[in-house]
Amino acid sequence: MDALIFYVCAVAILVGALGVVLARNPVHSALFLLMTLVSVAVLFVQLDAALVAAIQVVVYASAIVVLFVFVITLLGVDKNESFEETSLFQRPVAIALGALMFFQVVLLAGHHWVTGAHQARGSLSVPRTGNVQTLARSLFTDFVWPFEITAVLLVIAVVGGVALARRSGQRPSDREGSAP
Amino acid sequence: MIATATITPTYYLTLAAALFTIGAVGLLVRRNTLVMFMCIELMLNAANLTFVSFAKALNDISGQVIVFFTLVVAAAEVAVGLAIIVAIFRRRQDVTADDLNVLEG
Repeated sequence: MDALIFYVCAVAILVGALGVVLARNPVHSALFLLMTLVSVAVLFVQLDAALVAAIQVVVYASAIVVLFVFVITLLGVDKNESFEETSLFQRPVAIALGALMFFQVVLLAGHHWVTGAHQARGSLSVPRTGNVQTLARSLFTDFVWPFEITAVLLVIAVVGGVALARRSGQRPSDREGSAP
Repeated sequence: MIATATITPTYYLTLAAALFTIGAVGLLVRRNTLVMFMCIELMLNAANLTFVSFAKALNDISGQVIVFFTLVVAAAEVAVGLAIIVAIFRRRQDVTADDLNVLEG
């Protein structure tokens, strides 16, 4: 059963990823991205990461994909994106480099994937506590300093987003008159 | 029989490597900045899948905690990046990466 779920999700993930890259319409790319993200969430459940799976669905599959679709709505679908490559070698070289990277990872590291200490920072399955409690205990003890830094990062991102949206609100024609 | 094979961490890590590769190649071959952003999301997801696989393989909770920080970085990156794309679109009516070859507005 585990194997069946894994293979179904793996096929969905790879088809979704290829769809993101190959779809001509950005809306279709966003929907393929959604398929990939939800399948990854299913694999997270398989890997005993229930909370991470839930957050994957809530944050990625809802917030981020909705943000993408919003921006596509705002910009309009770019019908005239040409798939003709302007530089001759870019596409074959990109695919060759990608294949090289994949086979490097798989062939060179494939013999000993999992190295390192077991249970360095707490076991995954503490008796009589769930995934959420274990994760929260680790997050607020071992990782409290990175956790605080993410707060700063989010504030910077929000302020940056607002600043970008506001400053670009003026039209180019308005700038002509006020430019020194 | 497929349904009875045991799934080792190697399977998950190979899948994550394939996902990362597709994202990287897509980032290189596509010209639409929105789709390029989606390819970055694919690569971040491959990294998340790797972290969670290692958390399971090593029986260590910190792999799952790191995924939170990756998610925060991804959310911040998408918020700022899409704001930049919208700002560029307002100025130039086009978000194709080939046409964005000057830094001034």
